[in-house]
Amino acid sequence: MEQKQTVQPNGGIHSFHQENIRRKSRFAIVFILLAIAFCVIVVININSGNVHIPISQIAKIIFTHSGAEKDINIIWQIRLPRILMAAILGGGLATSGFLLQTFFENPIAGPFVLGISSGAKMVVALVMIFGLLHGLVMNSWTYIIAAFIGSLMSTGFILLVARRIRNMAALLVAGIMIGYICNAITDFVVTFADDSDIVNLRGWSLGSFSGMSWANVWISLGVIGVTFVLTMLCAKPIHAYQMGEAYAQSMGVNIKFFRVVLILLSSILSATVTAFAGPISFVGIAVPFLAKAFLGSSKPLVVLPANFLVGAVFCMLCDLIARLAFAPVELNISTVTSIFGAPIVIYILISRRRGRNG
Amino acid sequence: MDKTYFSIDHLSVGYNKQVLIRDICVDIKKGEIVTLIGPNGAGKSTILKSITRQLSLLGGKVMFDEQNLLEMSFREMSQKMAVVLTERMKPELMTCADIVATGRYPYTGRLGVLTPEDEAKVDAALAAVNASDLAGRDFNAISDGQRQRILLARAICQEPEMIILDEPTSFLDVRYKLELLSILTRMAKEKDITIIMTLHEIDLAQKVSDKIVCVHGETIYAYGTPAEIFEEERIKNLYNIDNGFYDPVFGSIELAKVEAEPDVFVISGAGSGIPVFRALRKENKAFIAGILHTNDIDYELARLLAAEVVTEAPFEPIGDAAIAQAKAAIDRCSEVIVCDFPVGQMNQRIKELIDYANEQGKNNAHTLFSQ
Repeated sequence: MEQKQTVQPNGGIHSFHQENIRRKSRFAIVFILLAIAFCVIVVININSGNVHIPISQIAKIIFTHSGAEKDINIIWQIRLPRILMAAILGGGLATSGFLLQTFFENPIAGPFVLGISSGAKMVVALVMIFGLLHGLVMNSWTYIIAAFIGSLMSTGFILLVARRIRNMAALLVAGIMIGYICNAITDFVVTFADDSDIVNLRGWSLGSFSGMSWANVWISLGVIGVTFVLTMLCAKPIHAYQMGEAYAQSMGVNIKFFRVVLILLSSILSATVTAFAGPISFVGIAVPFLAKAFLGSSKPLVVLPANFLVGAVFCMLCDLIARLAFAPVELNISTVTSIFGAPIVIYILISRRRGRNG
Repeated sequence: MDKTYFSIDHLSVGYNKQVLIRDICVDIKKGEIVTLIGPNGAGKSTILKSITRQLSLLGGKVMFDEQNLLEMSFREMSQKMAVVLTERMKPELMTCADIVATGRYPYTGRLGVLTPEDEAKVDAALAAVNASDLAGRDFNAISDGQRQRILLARAICQEPEMIILDEPTSFLDVRYKLELLSILTRMAKEKDITIIMTLHEIDLAQKVSDKIVCVHGETIYAYGTPAEIFEEERIKNLYNIDNGFYDPVFGSIELAKVEAEPDVFVISGAGSGIPVFRALRKENKAFIAGILHTNDIDYELARLLAAEVVTEAPFEPIGDAAIAQAKAAIDRCSEVIVCDFPVGQMNQRIKELIDYANEQGKNNAHTLFSQ
């Protein structure tokens, strides 16, 4: 056995410095490919829809703002905000998933499976209906705050469970259960509140990027952008946290404080996503897994931005499929993300189990 | 140099405000190896968790290099104290070198980017634990022994003044145990790093430690140098051993003697009896050993394992009393085993005993050693 080790690739042959240089080139390649994928998917997305607009026309509309009035509206008022929203929210969701996985030391933790999105959805629905009943006008911020409160409620419940059981599957079951409870309450309220606006609520509560305005884009860009920058500044303690709490503390991290920071950051991110696009399934689990696999690393400093990009590309792609697969009928975004995301989650579960036995 | 470096002063520790052990007072000098021993569940790990501030202190105080531990920031602490814990780390996609590199954490900047100097220190730490060949391997794919070495390298890479290890030798085979402990003693003596650890192997604790803390009951049971601590009775009490013996001379643990009427007499000396005594114990046979000088190495084990030992005073020729006693013992036994040992002036008369056994046809050595 000892002999075998010495012939392992890189085993003791390269210095750590050389190894890191080799890695950095891999990171660079991954980021370049992701940037290309991002651009390609943006172009395809803008270029496709029920109304066909040629690419040359699109470029003209975007850069010079000239062209047919109808086309300008389609591009500027419908397609561009929608695709930007998919990118921003996808990135936010992926970041939220990564933070939750770090926090729970569990690769299949995510805002959707842990019922955090459902909690956010419930509170937003309650606020919406309350607003409708009392004739109040709600703005995006109200929904974001409502979703944030809902996220924190679900997270709090999950934390209570996690404290008792350190089992990956049990945590998941608890999350799914709280998801069901929140969905039941939401459905209950929606059924009894009878108003034309409920139609909106229904569409939203299933998850969709449709009907996004520029105001939505700017607000979500602001909130998610700031939160993401803060998360990047926490890349170092997050890395320490990946080693387990006791080690993180011995490395100089104030654990009690940092736990709160992690939960707040991930809740703000998932709340913002839920407030605008409703609950979106599996992105939070599948994307961090893919990002880490691409990079071959779990170091937050590189994983976080890559994760954001993969999340953006993933959601834009899923949105494209949601729009086009059965056009003119549009699918829920969660329908599409589940088809891609759920198999990845199953794969993670299986490979974990194998790893433990082997 | 004789100044106290780490002082534990009337410390009370426990979980959830429930005091488990109180009034712990231990003064540790720089570069000392201090080992906590004691039975399972005595609270050794609780003490370590308290002095690393994973648990809050429930009374008393800890002074670390003339600073109150509780007044130090976690960052300050992390530059002075490194830990090797029992909890399982399951990092994703991290090589052993990456794990070691996390030891540099207290020294890197805001974003934790490693400088080439940091990277060189990682290589050096890996070399210090003879694990350079593991650098590129996935941490989750190595053995327990290798993992323990990597975690130690990580602690070394942190360039601490003190390393705290919780049961570093669990799950390790003998070779890795020895290797790990020799690295620790080297760190302590060459680099003046203070080491506090818990060990289950009291024999090893005796051999590597400068100070021993016995953890048992409401307060610490004993504290002192290995020479002061390792007495047969104290160790027996510490672990409540009623089914065996601890031998302080060799630091070895023996099963209790067989409680039965002895039927075998063993004639041995100069270490030749040791394998025979152990073999008989394993066969669950009670035996009498003799005639042994009380400074003979065989005597130390016979004392623990034999039902009776016929003895002679050190450096005295075997006397009549001993011969008579031995012959009487042979009469009671149905079998005599004669080991292969040198006969000189002091044990000249042992030959009388062998002849006596032969006369009676009881010299049965071959039945035992034919295997």
